[in-house]
Amino acid sequence: MRHRGIKKTEEGIFKGLMILATLTIVISLFMIVVAIVKRGLPAMSWDMVSKIPSGGFYLGKEGGLLNAIVGSVYIVVGSVTLGLCFSLPIVLYLNLYLSEKSQLAQITRLSFDVLFGIPSIVYGAFGFTLMVYLGLRSSLLAGILTVAILIIPILIRSIDEVMRRVPKEMKDAALSLGATKSEIIKPMLKQVVPGIITAVLLSVGRGIGDAASVLFTAGYTDSIPTSLSQPVATLPLAIFFQLSSPIAEVQDRAYAAALILTFIVLLLSISARIFSRKFSKNKI
Amino acid sequence: MNRIRYSKYRQIRELLVKHSMLTLTVTSLVFALVIGISLYFKSEPILEKQSLAALLGGESWKPLKGEFGFFPFIMGTLWVTGISILFSLPLCLLAAIYLSEYAHPYIKKVVYPMIDVLAGIPPVIYGVWGILVIVPFISEKLAPHFVEFSTGYSILAGGIVLAIMIIPLMISVFIEIFDALPGGLREASLSLGATNWQTIKKVVLRKSFPGLAAAVVLAISRAFGETIAVLMVCGNVSEVPHSVFDPAYPLPALIANNYGEMMSIPLYDSALMLSALLLFVIILAFNAISRLVLNRIEKNFAL
Repeated sequence: MRHRGIKKTEEGIFKGLMILATLTIVISLFMIVVAIVKRGLPAMSWDMVSKIPSGGFYLGKEGGLLNAIVGSVYIVVGSVTLGLCFSLPIVLYLNLYLSEKSQLAQITRLSFDVLFGIPSIVYGAFGFTLMVYLGLRSSLLAGILTVAILIIPILIRSIDEVMRRVPKEMKDAALSLGATKSEIIKPMLKQVVPGIITAVLLSVGRGIGDAASVLFTAGYTDSIPTSLSQPVATLPLAIFFQLSSPIAEVQDRAYAAALILTFIVLLLSISARIFSRKFSKNKI
Repeated sequence: MNRIRYSKYRQIRELLVKHSMLTLTVTSLVFALVIGISLYFKSEPILEKQSLAALLGGESWKPLKGEFGFFPFIMGTLWVTGISILFSLPLCLLAAIYLSEYAHPYIKKVVYPMIDVLAGIPPVIYGVWGILVIVPFISEKLAPHFVEFSTGYSILAGGIVLAIMIIPLMISVFIEIFDALPGGLREASLSLGATNWQTIKKVVLRKSFPGLAAAVVLAISRAFGETIAVLMVCGNVSEVPHSVFDPAYPLPALIANNYGEMMSIPLYDSALMLSALLLFVIILAFNAISRLVLNRIEKNFAL
């Protein structure tokens, strides 16, 4: 039948297009990584990761990126710690005290879904207004606070997803043995440790790579901060600022920073993947 | 009903823990409100001087003269977002159908982690890639065929970079929606003699349309708020763009680019905070609507 032949061709054409689309997406990932590595690798050296820049901001030709690397680590460690302090109690409350159908739980989950979608520049602007209100200057502290606000929705969403899958029977068994709800917190947390690690890795990846939120709040500096009230450099801003410099050596630093950041983020994505797989293996 | 009686210490501990966690949860709920209100207070000075309509429709942006017209920036945002959706929607739709309906599990196992990795790459890296690859490509290869001169820093460059950036979000929501469709629907269609492709066209796509629309809205709001990557490749000229090879200046880029000088010119900071407020309100609304639709779909299909 001719009719069927046309149908078959149509399906064939679309299937071809689909495979092409999938390939395009996969290839674009490789293109990005290859472009970054190709430009960044020649600019890499031991000095890049072990020295702070010297000779003046934006113009200095000497030195490396240590200020940005250390700064990013400070910001991420601070904000993830702070973020966990807020997100763990909220997730535990949602899962221990509220039932799946409770209004409060539904509204809270929706609101964090929505907050997750708010762009980091808005959080940056909010952090800035908060900073002005409190009389803070752009500093490590302000940066940590803003990035914490940015990653709390990520932490809550991904820990909640794992904690919801903990069997109800575990909770029931503990309660029937006479435990209070707050006494189940510990075993509950033990159940979701791999989930928490995955969530932390995800939020570290987001926090370390985000420029718009720290642009207003953390400032930028060539030195390593020694207190919470000093401005701090970060890797994304090191890329962003130094790329627009007219001096080739400074631009090289930007490309080297891009390579380092890409490497860190790839490492985080892959290890997050491994941890979450480990968890789904244990879960029966 | 007899309640279990715990020891005094355990009772107090339970109450303390419960109420502090409840307080924290409820506080977190008003957080969005706090952001909105504080941005509103910051943008009030300029709203007192000029009406919102005049600000949004104004074409002239001269902070030193006190002229704050947002129209070029709004157009810039719309152009860049439009182009990015135009590129990414067909790609994502085709790839998502392939991955959820046709692909061998082995292919899924390889491609899904790659989409995850793509999602994890920071915006600033996309920006660097845009500068290294897309911008020269446009100015050297593409633009000479259409216009006399383009630096490459253009709407098209921003659109392409943004398209790649929103692909992971869009495709993973698409796949989730297709996977949430009850398998019985497909089997019913196939058993009536429809081919695989007919089933996809007439059953799968039709049935999942609301979800797909919600996912696109979600992706639009992501593209709306993207800052650094767009800032790096769009050219940042505050004029209303007329072609895809013109530079543009989207709203988030405006905020990010001028934070340094905004405190020294009167009303400047207020104008920038107003644009942050605009972004916040629009994206909040878009997100809330699409999340509600997606949650509903998840509930309806999960039988």
